[in-house]
Amino acid sequence: MTTKIKRGVSLYSLQEEFFLRKLTLEQCIAEMSRLDIRGIETIAEQMMPGYPNLPDGFYEQWHGWMKQYGTVPTAHDMFLDTKLHRDRPLSLEESVESLKVDIRHAAKLGCFVIRVLVTTPPEVVEAAAPYAIDHGITLALEIHSPWDWDDEHIQRHLEVADRVGVEHVGVMPDMGIYVRRFPRVIWQRALRDGATPAIVDQIVERYDNRDTATIVEDVERLGGNPADVNLARTSTHFICSDPKLLLDHLPAVHHIQAKFYEMTTVDGLDEEYSIPYPEIIAILKRGDWDGYLSSEYEGNRHIQDAFEVESVDQVRRQHAMFTRLLG
Amino acid sequence: MFDKYMVCEETLHNVVEDGAVTGYAFEVRITYYRGLRLSMVEPFEVVVDGAPVPVEDLRFTLGGARTYTFAEMADEIGDRWEFGERALLTVRKPGGLAAGEHTLDVIERLRISYMPVLSEARCRKTAVVA
Repeated sequence: MTTKIKRGVSLYSLQEEFFLRKLTLEQCIAEMSRLDIRGIETIAEQMMPGYPNLPDGFYEQWHGWMKQYGTVPTAHDMFLDTKLHRDRPLSLEESVESLKVDIRHAAKLGCFVIRVLVTTPPEVVEAAAPYAIDHGITLALEIHSPWDWDDEHIQRHLEVADRVGVEHVGVMPDMGIYVRRFPRVIWQRALRDGATPAIVDQIVERYDNRDTATIVEDVERLGGNPADVNLARTSTHFICSDPKLLLDHLPAVHHIQAKFYEMTTVDGLDEEYSIPYPEIIAILKRGDWDGYLSSEYEGNRHIQDAFEVESVDQVRRQHAMFTRLLG
Repeated sequence: MFDKYMVCEETLHNVVEDGAVTGYAFEVRITYYRGLRLSMVEPFEVVVDGAPVPVEDLRFTLGGARTYTFAEMADEIGDRWEFGERALLTVRKPGGLAAGEHTLDVIERLRISYMPVLSEARCRKTAVVA
């Protein structure tokens, strides 16, 4: 059976090159098109300076690029600056207005879905849902570690999805909820920052055995230095959800952020170091899921202190893996 | 993230106004993966050659023209510091810096809404005034 799963990329993956002005937005799109990656997810506040006040000319240019490079817009990633004001949090009304700005932008870009930041209150999503429906935009809450499907906050969002209808409001799981093996790029960085090799070994082993409940206190008791304690704390931010749960939630899954930390070569094949993509993709195929796997390379921040970041090549290798697994 | 890219050390120079050196300046970049409105950029901590610079002596300039004190930035919810954009950080100090090598230590703090504490990045660079 031919899979309906499509391959895409979040340009978040190329943030290093954009930040250093090695690639423009157009060049990011062109590079991805060259890799035969067609679905383009964007963060306006990252690569579209001037947002939210972008001129009509920008959107015309954007659609021109989509045509020229044979790409299609997928998701717009929104943020909610609840701490915009130093003396008070954003009100519910202001938060809804902020999301409406995102909805208008996403519609102008031609996206079908908005990545709703995981910390967004469910009330904001529910209040903005009619406006999103009017604009042909689906709102999808990111399921992002350390939250898991059964957390109360996520459950409340799933209830909103049920009330509004999962075709309009749903979720966008970030594959960072499936960190089975502690990312190598993170503990190697800790070593460069002065962490103690024996303590790093313990932290990695305990994470891999899901035994991090008391790890910060334990590392402090062992006399760990600040880099050790920092790594211990970092290990508590990761989770490894059961990929089987994904199957139950597939009807509400509109898009997938295919997080990855490091592509490695195992027996001559491209594999992600931490995240079990073979199992994940098998489940998506079993559920006959038909959305985009949208690459989200997150290795750059962990290696940029010591190495040249090669985001395009990392994305290329992740897609070689996708192509193999999708069959 | 992006810590080591924060201070653009090659840009350090003395500032000359009406023929007098009124201070020195260098470019800085945001240590986050998107741009922010200025109200969420907290006052920088700047230490030059081991001596802390009073925050009142700092000016933050975008686009070569929009200049703010950090007190003004706290209430600025329109203007944005974009991702990867070089802002000019000016230290008002009559006479500026002596020619030669200087050490710049900068702490950049950002108020990211979904983080329980301020995002904090540190950067130390050795820079030369010609």
